[in-house]
Amino acid sequence: MMDSSLQEKTLDVVKIREQFPILHQEVNGKPLVYFDNAATTQKPLAVINAITDYYSTINSNVHRGVHHLSQKATVALEESRHKIQQHIRAAEPHQVIFTQGTTDSINLVSIAMERSNLLRKGDEVLVSALEHHSNIVPWQILCERTGATLKVIPINQQGEIVMEEYRALLSENTRLVTFNHISNALGTVNPVQEMTRLAHDAGAWVFVDGAQAAPHTAIDVQALDVDFYAFSGHKAYGPTGIGVLYGKEKILEDLAPYRGGGEMIESVSFEKTTYAGLPHKFEAGTPHIEGAIVMGAAIDFLNEIGLDRIATHEEQLISHALKRMAEIEGMRFIGEARQRAGAISFLIEGLHPYDVGVLLDQMGIALRTGHHCAQPIMDFFDIPGTLRASFGLYNTTGEIDRMMEALQKAVSMLR
Amino acid sequence: MSIQDTQREIVDEFGMFSDWMEKYEYLIELGKSLPLIDEAYKQDENLIKGCQSQVWLHAEDNGEKVVFTADSDAILTKGLIALMIRVLSNHPAQKIVEADMSFIDEIGLKEHLSPTRANGLASMIKQMKYYALALQAR
Repeated sequence: MMDSSLQEKTLDVVKIREQFPILHQEVNGKPLVYFDNAATTQKPLAVINAITDYYSTINSNVHRGVHHLSQKATVALEESRHKIQQHIRAAEPHQVIFTQGTTDSINLVSIAMERSNLLRKGDEVLVSALEHHSNIVPWQILCERTGATLKVIPINQQGEIVMEEYRALLSENTRLVTFNHISNALGTVNPVQEMTRLAHDAGAWVFVDGAQAAPHTAIDVQALDVDFYAFSGHKAYGPTGIGVLYGKEKILEDLAPYRGGGEMIESVSFEKTTYAGLPHKFEAGTPHIEGAIVMGAAIDFLNEIGLDRIATHEEQLISHALKRMAEIEGMRFIGEARQRAGAISFLIEGLHPYDVGVLLDQMGIALRTGHHCAQPIMDFFDIPGTLRASFGLYNTTGEIDRMMEALQKAVSMLR
Repeated sequence: MSIQDTQREIVDEFGMFSDWMEKYEYLIELGKSLPLIDEAYKQDENLIKGCQSQVWLHAEDNGEKVVFTADSDAILTKGLIALMIRVLSNHPAQKIVEADMSFIDEIGLKEHLSPTRANGLASMIKQMKYYALALQAR
C-alpha cells in the first residue's frame, strides 16, 4: 500500500524507508509506526550489510598483527575514526576515542579526572537539571569521592536552562560544567556555544552529552569550543555498544588513563609501564572493532542524505505533530522550549501515560512511556512520567496522523 | 468457587471478545470497578515500585482465608489487578501459593507477564504469593 503522505517535502522518504527492513512489519496486526527513536534508531541496509561484510571479509584483531587481515581491519577502523573526526570537525583523528557509548564516555572522563586528582574539596561541578541519569550519576560519584560539590543548573517551566541562574552559579570554584546538546526527555536544544563561552570565562571545562544531537544536527566541536563531546552509535543509525568521546588534545594528553590493559601501553615492565599516546591510551583491550568500523558506515549514510535536510524534515514532522496533537482535549506538552528537536513529551489530562502507551502499542504505535531515565525532570514538573514521541529521518507526517487516530481512540476508551 | 473454576470462568469471558479493543475495554471497566484499598494501606511499604505505574497491594488474613485489596494509578493495571484479586483473593494461603496462573496466556494477556513490563502481572502475582506465604507462616 502506498502512503501518499510519504511524499514528504524535503526527503524522498519512500526511498529512505526501503533502506530500513525492520519498518516493513506489522505489530498487533497494524503497520508499525516507530516513534521511539530517542531510545534507539533503526538501522539502514548500509549498516546491516557493513556488519556482515566486516565478519565475512576482514575480521581480525587490530593494531597487532603484521598479517593481511589484521592490517585491513586496522586500516578500516582508523578510516572510520577519520570519518568521525571530519564529521564532528575535530582537528585531529586521535581526538576521537572509541568507547562503548555516551555513558561510557562520561564515565571515562569522570574516572580519569578523579585519577588525575583534578578535583578537591571546595571545587564545584555544575550539572543541568535537564540531564539523563547517565550524565548525573558519574559526576555525583566523582564529587562523592573527591569532596567536590555538585550543583544543579535550574530549568524553567518551558524546559529551558535558566541562563541568569547559570551565570550566577559559575564561579572561580567551578571546575566542570556539563549538559546535553539536546534533551532526551523534552527535546530542548541547549545553547551550547554560549554556555561554553560562559564556562570558559569562569575557567571551567565543558562536557557535552550529544547522544540526542548526533542523529538530528550537524556537530562542529571546534565552533562549539567544548572540551568534551560524547555520543553513541546506536542513536544515530549505527550499531549498539559503540560510541565516541571527543576531547581537546591537551586535556586528553594530560588526563590519566581510566582503564589499564593491552593496546593502551607503550612498554610494560613490572617496575614501570608507560602509556601509549592518544587515542590508544584510552582504548584498553580489544575494541568493538566491527562497531567502530560500522559507525563510519552509519555516518556515510547520514552524510549522503545530508544532516541539514534531515533536520528540516524532522522540523516539519515536529511542527505537524505539535499542531495535530493540540487537537486532543486536555493535551499537555511537557517542555515547550523555543529551540527543540527530536522528541515531544506529553500527557493527556486525567490519563496515565502507561495506559495510553499500552493501547497505542495495541494499534502498532511504538512510543516510550515513563520517566525516560530523567527522574529529576519528572520531579520538577511533579509528574510520574510522560509519553514521548521521538522522530527519525524515516518518519512521515502520515505516521503522525496515524498516531493521532490511535491517540483519539485510546482517549475515548480511557475517558 | 475454586481458583481453577474462577480461572475457567475468566477464560470463557475473554473467549467472547472478538478483538483486542473489547478485551481492553473490559479491562478498563474492571479497573474502574476495583474496590479501592483502604487509604491507610496506601503506604510506601505496600507499594510495588516500578517505572511505569504504581501498585499498592495489601493482604489480610481473616482466619482461614487471605483477602487482597489493591490500587494503582493506571487504569489498565487496576483492571489486571482486579482479575488477579478475583482469582486469588478469599482462598486459603496454601492454595494461593500453589496456584497455577497459566490462564493468563489463554486470555491473550501474556505480554503483560513480560519481565520487561515493570509492574507487570509477574511481579504482582509474585507479591501476592509472597504475602500468602508470609501469612501462612505466622
